[in-house]
Amino acid sequence: MRSCRAVSVLVSQGLDKKLSLRERCSVWLHVMMCTRCRNFQTQSQFIRKAARRYTDDLQSRLGKKS
Amino acid sequence: MADTLLTEQTLAAQRPVLFRYALLQLRDSELADDAVQETLLAAWQSAAGFEGKAGLRTWLIGILKHKIADHWRRSAREAVAPTFDRTDEDDGEAEEDDYFASSGHWNGGPKAWADPEAALKRQEFWLIYEVCQNNLPPKMANVFMLRELVGLDSDEVCREAGLSDANYWVTMHRARLRLRECLEIRWFNNTKQEQRHA
Repeated sequence: MRSCRAVSVLVSQGLDKKLSLRERCSVWLHVMMCTRCRNFQTQSQFIRKAARRYTDDLQSRLGKKS
Repeated sequence: MADTLLTEQTLAAQRPVLFRYALLQLRDSELADDAVQETLLAAWQSAAGFEGKAGLRTWLIGILKHKIADHWRRSAREAVAPTFDRTDEDDGEAEEDDYFASSGHWNGGPKAWADPEAALKRQEFWLIYEVCQNNLPPKMANVFMLRELVGLDSDEVCREAGLSDANYWVTMHRARLRLRECLEIRWFNNTKQEQRHA
């Protein structure tokens, strides 16, 4: 079984590219049992969402352009 | 061949990405807008200099960088001009080990966060978010911003930041680990504040 370190790397990569079936399976199995890696997964997704929202916010804060 | 690929539509489609790129550097949406317009105009006029669809965005960003540099020269603020080309000074290789024990298990590690969606609606959260993002080491921050804020894809980020594929994954992973930890410490651990507004 992969370690939390290895799984967190895959979780991170999974946000930027499609993982192999094997990798996806091992992430899925691990995350089912490991709360911390599960938290890391949802939090990484949240950070992505926050970054996009931040950019929108920045655009409105730095000047009202159409 | 180039001029059949390069149409007003394909150029205009790149506008949002270019705008975000310019905005992050110039921190002013009017200036950013001007820089993007000049870039698209210059691109249109020198369409012959463009060599293939795959690199359209890279080519446009190249032009945009010149426009941004022009701006800093004009305003004589080169010394403080932010840039996405900074190199690593402080890339602690052992850093990731702070997050994991030698067994590969988390050191502490991600706790559950109470209602992250609600945080997005709070003005104070965005101040914390900005602090955390600014606390990333410069190069890591650049890579993270090119990917998540500007919206380049990972290949383009590698080209922009001069990173290998492997370095890219490591950098993005560390950025997420750091941001996550910072948000947890500075915001999500602060549950009392949350409850008051619940």
